[in-house]
Amino acid sequence: MAKRDYSLIGPNASRAVETGLASAEWYHTDISRKEMKALMKRSDGPAIRDTIIWLGGMAVFAGAAAWLWPSLWSIPLFLAYGVLYGSAGDSRWHECGHGTAFKTRWMNDAVYQIASFTMMRNPVTWRWSHARHHTDTIIVGRDPEIVAMRPPDLLRLALNFFGILDVWHAVIDMARNAAGIISAEEKTFVPEQEQPKAIFVARIWVAIYAATAAVAVYTGSILPFLLIGGPRLYGAWHHVMTGLLQHGGLAEDVTDHRLNSRTVHMNPVSRFIYWNMNYHVEHHMFPMVPYHALPKLHEMIKHDLPAPNTSILDGYREMFPAFLRQLRYEDYFIKRELPPTAKPYRAEFHDVAPQAAE
Amino acid sequence: MSEWVDACAVDDVEEEDLIRFDHDGKTFAIYRSPDDDFFATDGICTHEHALLADGLVMDYIIECPKHNGRFDYRTGEAKGAPVCVNLKTYPVKVEDGRVFIDVG
Repeated sequence: MAKRDYSLIGPNASRAVETGLASAEWYHTDISRKEMKALMKRSDGPAIRDTIIWLGGMAVFAGAAAWLWPSLWSIPLFLAYGVLYGSAGDSRWHECGHGTAFKTRWMNDAVYQIASFTMMRNPVTWRWSHARHHTDTIIVGRDPEIVAMRPPDLLRLALNFFGILDVWHAVIDMARNAAGIISAEEKTFVPEQEQPKAIFVARIWVAIYAATAAVAVYTGSILPFLLIGGPRLYGAWHHVMTGLLQHGGLAEDVTDHRLNSRTVHMNPVSRFIYWNMNYHVEHHMFPMVPYHALPKLHEMIKHDLPAPNTSILDGYREMFPAFLRQLRYEDYFIKRELPPTAKPYRAEFHDVAPQAAE
Repeated sequence: MSEWVDACAVDDVEEEDLIRFDHDGKTFAIYRSPDDDFFATDGICTHEHALLADGLVMDYIIECPKHNGRFDYRTGEAKGAPVCVNLKTYPVKVEDGRVFIDVG
């Protein structure tokens, strides 16, 4: 069997357009306009509180870690700093990219720029890539953000718990963009008029990392890289752990988020780091709803969704065996039961999708 | 050439909200601003196919429900990524409690 081609410029890209999978109309649970307006309502309060905790926590942990460096006592402080930098940054990048976290636009934009830097994601390129992810969620050949491709590359996924490949690719992308080059794939989703902005940001970032390297050389210490850039490696594990659960092991090439996204109940600490993106079916169905309103949205539409996984561990107990099975049977995916109160899964397009194995 | 069309009653649109209006195979969006003024634009986002009527009105901004693209609905101006192309706007008048738009 031919291996799946996830390239955005390969045959599956044109196939998705021909079959109507690209830019398709997706299933939505019925919800009244009045209720949706209340859910979509923006406010600054929750995100200001969370941002003070996030940035304040980073400042405290980084300051204390640097003060104790090179004592071993600095290690737990660096680990805490790293998770806020290299994992909480992921959800801040995401929510502020949608523009839903804050009511005030400049606050969204400021946190988006900070989080884009900590996550090493060009804020221009990745804004467009994420728009495509929402248009064509887990559509092969269209979605640039499919993390667990089939068959899953378990070594790559494991290395990314420490950001290794992500950072490697991010550095290459940054250097390429800084040199004024936009790749062929990037050109498929970043409009031409936006491309100079991506190049401009990449050049600023190169200057910041060059300054960090200069300080490291001058002081003869790796401390500058433990504070800038490094946490994207040693603090990445939490965002990879939660991020894999978003779509891992579920269907491809369908137009019903209940089939390709996963909602997982999580502990409060992980929900703070992840900014409630554990309500992932709900987020994809209604991306206008701010993170702080997702638990309420979940309560309102859960009758129409598969039962959420009860914990991160429960999610992995479902997902990881599916990964192992996909190593042998690429077409395998998890199709979860809907409650009796739910409308059936959308049938359209399933004739062009891989067959469910259960 | 002007072609005024009766789109809806004033009370059909809540303050700081919008509704969808279809006419002659085309979809429009009718807005009621916080100042109680009415405006009209094309009803489909210029970025990708999404009904603006499902979006969120905040002051004079309509935010698309699909990718959160934002437009000033008074002028149609696209306010930044992921929308780059302005929305077409239409003249509006209110007479006898009815909202008319010029689709000509």
